[in-house]
Amino acid sequence: MSGKEYRTITDVKGPLVFLNKTEPVAFGEIVTIRLSDGSIKNGQVLDTSDDLVIVQVFEGTAKINRESGVTFMGDVFKLPVSTELVGRILDGAGRPRDGGPAIVAEENADIIGAAINPYSRQSPHDFIQTGISAIDCCTTLVRGQKLPIFSASGLPHNDIALQIARQAKLKGSDEEFIVVFCAMGITAEEYNFFRSDLERTGALENAVLFVNLADDPAVERIITPRLALTAAEYLAFEKDYHVLVIYTDMTNYCDALRQIGAAREEVPGRRGYPGYMYTDLAMLYERAGIVKGKKGSITQFPILTMPGDDITHPIPDLSGYITEGQIVISRELHQQGIYPPINVLPSLSRLMGSCIGEKTTREDHKSVSDQMYAAYAQGRELRGLVAIVGEDALNERDKQLLDFSGIFEDKFLRQTRDEDRSIDETLDLCWNLMSSIDTKYLVRLDQKWIEKYHPDNKE
Amino acid sequence: MSNEGVIYRISGPVVTATGMNAAMYDVVRVGHEGLMGEVIELHGEKAVIQVYEDTSGIRPGEPVLNTEETLSVSLGPGLLTQIYDGIQRPLATLEEVMGVFITRGVDADAFDLEKKWTFEAVVGKGDELASGQVIGHVQETETIVHKIMVPPGKSGKVKSIKSGDFNVTQTVCTLDDGTELQMMQKWPVRSPRPYRQKYAPDTPLVTGMRILDFLFPLAKGGAAGIPGPFGSGKTVTQQSLAKYSDAQLVVYIGCGERGNEMTEVLDEFPHLIDPNTGKPLMNRTVMIANTSNMPVAAREASVYTGITIAEYFRDMGYDVALMADSTSRWAEAMREISSRLEEMPGEEGYPAYLSSRIAEFYERAGRVETLNGDDGSVTVIGAVSPPGGDISEPVSQGTLRIVKVFWGLDAGLARQRHFPAINWLNSYSLYPQSLDQWFRDNIAQDFPEIRTQVSGLLQIESELQEIVQLVGSDALPVDQQLTLEVARMIREFFLQQNGFHEVDAYCDINLQYKMAKAILSFQESAKSAMASGAQLNDVVNVQSRTDLMRGRFEKGYVDDIDDMVKKMTAEIAGTVEGN
Ligand SMILES: Nc1ncnc2c1ncn2[C@@H]1O[C@H](COP(=O)(O)OP(=O)(O)OP(=O)(O)O)[C@@H](O)[C@H]1O
Ligand SMILES: [Mg+2]
Repeated sequence: MSGKEYRTITDVKGPLVFLNKTEPVAFGEIVTIRLSDGSIKNGQVLDTSDDLVIVQVFEGTAKINRESGVTFMGDVFKLPVSTELVGRILDGAGRPRDGGPAIVAEENADIIGAAINPYSRQSPHDFIQTGISAIDCCTTLVRGQKLPIFSASGLPHNDIALQIARQAKLKGSDEEFIVVFCAMGITAEEYNFFRSDLERTGALENAVLFVNLADDPAVERIITPRLALTAAEYLAFEKDYHVLVIYTDMTNYCDALRQIGAAREEVPGRRGYPGYMYTDLAMLYERAGIVKGKKGSITQFPILTMPGDDITHPIPDLSGYITEGQIVISRELHQQGIYPPINVLPSLSRLMGSCIGEKTTREDHKSVSDQMYAAYAQGRELRGLVAIVGEDALNERDKQLLDFSGIFEDKFLRQTRDEDRSIDETLDLCWNLMSSIDTKYLVRLDQKWIEKYHPDNKE
Repeated sequence: MSNEGVIYRISGPVVTATGMNAAMYDVVRVGHEGLMGEVIELHGEKAVIQVYEDTSGIRPGEPVLNTEETLSVSLGPGLLTQIYDGIQRPLATLEEVMGVFITRGVDADAFDLEKKWTFEAVVGKGDELASGQVIGHVQETETIVHKIMVPPGKSGKVKSIKSGDFNVTQTVCTLDDGTELQMMQKWPVRSPRPYRQKYAPDTPLVTGMRILDFLFPLAKGGAAGIPGPFGSGKTVTQQSLAKYSDAQLVVYIGCGERGNEMTEVLDEFPHLIDPNTGKPLMNRTVMIANTSNMPVAAREASVYTGITIAEYFRDMGYDVALMADSTSRWAEAMREISSRLEEMPGEEGYPAYLSSRIAEFYERAGRVETLNGDDGSVTVIGAVSPPGGDISEPVSQGTLRIVKVFWGLDAGLARQRHFPAINWLNSYSLYPQSLDQWFRDNIAQDFPEIRTQVSGLLQIESELQEIVQLVGSDALPVDQQLTLEVARMIREFFLQQNGFHEVDAYCDINLQYKMAKAILSFQESAKSAMASGAQLNDVVNVQSRTDLMRGRFEKGYVDDIDDMVKKMTAEIAGTVEGN
């Protein structure tokens, strides 16, 4: 029911257009703006009243003037969804980018998404094997979890995300994930890297891509992840797929949010980001999970780059307050030439407890993971001490732990980009590496597992 | 003007209406879908409304209807075991009506209005009733008797009262002036419920967490703040308190946090047994879940909904504990609404009234003499989520000014997997003076002295650690090395407690005392053995000490610990001959 065209723009500021005297316009309504050269821009109503309407324009306000015609489309933003989405590449506003036909909608889904009733959720508990030892052993991923990668510029977070996308599977099952990939302001080069990798492995056929690149409109990034999640929800909760959503880079998303806040002259929160950024991010991250009575699931892997490698920056900080743990990539390890440079110490999977153990991974998993973590943490700490007092001042136990921290990085963390280790391989590897430490110092290992798994006790 | 107006403006959760007769905090119905909202500001003709549901698609010109009621909760049998959203709609009912996603425009009764409860009158015809007086009992769950009270503000002589099976809206008692009393009453959430007087707290809320009960105890009727960065253990601590603390009733508010965490509680609580009563935990629990992605205005209301329910049970003479996870999200909801109102902001964009709202909320905690003359309490434990973990921000500071207990969670400890990651050096409780008598009378005469010794050792350790950082521990004299060992034992054996371990998660207060004493006896016997020439290494490594420490993971530890200490003492004494 697209209606009348208005030429009542009064002000244009940053990504916002202000106009007055319209028919009643709905909050959140979709808007098109026709410029004098006939080109069209899209936007959405942010504030509406009898006198004044504020529209946020996705493509930027360049060339908009008081003569531009504004039409209200009568509805809020919806994405046409159907299983035809699978295998398609769309732009940041949901239009085909692959030269293919428009999506024929099975239904039109509101992209804001309704909150999942907490009463209707099911606790995630299925172990996802990523084939990456650091993750599988120490920050185990669970189907339905939201587990971001906290990285920084110049680090190989994309490789890790892709490796996870390629290798992720439920133990003892070849059920595949559908990957929903959402690019927000990344470079064309990064995008090509993702796309060609997905193409090479054939994963593209089982993926949906929403792509907003660095030179695409910044404000459009506000809707791109919402489109991706709407597609994910449809595939998971209407079509029973297990969906893995990878979105990158959340930092660009947050910057777009900041830009709109500034244009509205809102009182900013920390470092200029809007005070409602926590809520806004939660409206994305919380669209992960499993719900009663539905077969599918949504697992989320948001990637964000920490400005200045600072984990207390509002973007990682607010994310960490919402997600169920984080995987932290370390510049130091990267510089030592270790891939994947995952620092397990600040990394955490909060749902790990629910998915490891005898029935899912292996009976010794918890014990092994605790011991690996503790020994590595102590070893790392000793490196600091050694720098001051010298290695000679260490006692036998400390020497072993110090050596172990190097072994941990070199043999446990390090693996190749296509090395897919099963959880058994990972845990066996842990036992092998830990055997460089006297068992009497391995206080976190249960005696019964030492008897069963320690290399000294095998044959 | 009438009670019907029209929408003038919509900006996110804030809607402005004109042409309507309205008073502050009136509940209104917004738009054709009748979304629930509350008047929060008046400007001449215009009423500013915060709406508890998503406003997308709503247009200026749609109707607004004033119900002329204030935002209230329904109170009566049926509250327990429920899980509500921020405005007391049962999530189970919402699921029945809307499916797994929360859509909008749906009303739901707070509890079953048809269900019959067995009401047993405790007053009779001709009795003179005062406000708040208990008129009858309902056995609501296996463990909780729901006391039906005269609503505050009503009183009079009983004309008739009957025991029997009634639903919550049927009249059970009539007064001489014709007033009819039902089992359900309503109370506006933003007004504290009345009581006769507040008392100074003198009984601890025993939590079963050693670091809390022993070093930083909280009083029944007190207030505590738990600030900490993400992943430091606020939620695990709050959930432990909900599980194991010796409150008779628990109100748990998930305020702007994760959906899955509420699911976890829902999955777990029905199967967990309250260590204090031996009955399922769910029987004493009311939950409020307004997760981070649910509407912010309802998040703002959720803490008031929760504390009003807590006060109602307090008025029956119960000890109620309320957990709010996280009060920072509540404060952020206030900030968000306030910025939509274009109010002049205070610090970091929060409204200027932030600290007074925080203070008013915590002031609703307390131990009181109820209108019925009983002793009841509400204990409030609020999690705080400071940005970047830095507690110099307004919500942490506003909280610390009012609470008497500060349990400071520490990212460094969490990273070392020292749980609970409560920093023993900067946390505090201002209650020990008022609680010491209780500890002396109920646990042990020397309880406060033992506590002082334990915390003294931790202090000394932190001073010694500074030296160790520079020269290594081997450079210290052996008596100081022993002190370090003792302090390590305090940390690893006593302060650390695995919130997920089936035995260790809850530690009886008597056992806590025994464990503390065990550490001090280790120190004693080690000292005297070393004075007679024993080596520190031998003393520390006696097997019986390891057994003593491991024992805490076994059931029946409380019966075995005395023997284990005896064994340890003997074995340590034996290290002298070995020399
Ligand atoms: N007492 C404890 N025992 C064992 N593990 C704990 C304990 N406390 C915290 N943890 C561990 O720390 C993790 C994070 O704890 P929690 O979820 O309570 O953090 P939080 O402070 O609530 O974080 P956020 O602010 O992000 O909600 C848990 O998933 C668990 O692994
Ligand atoms: Mg939490």
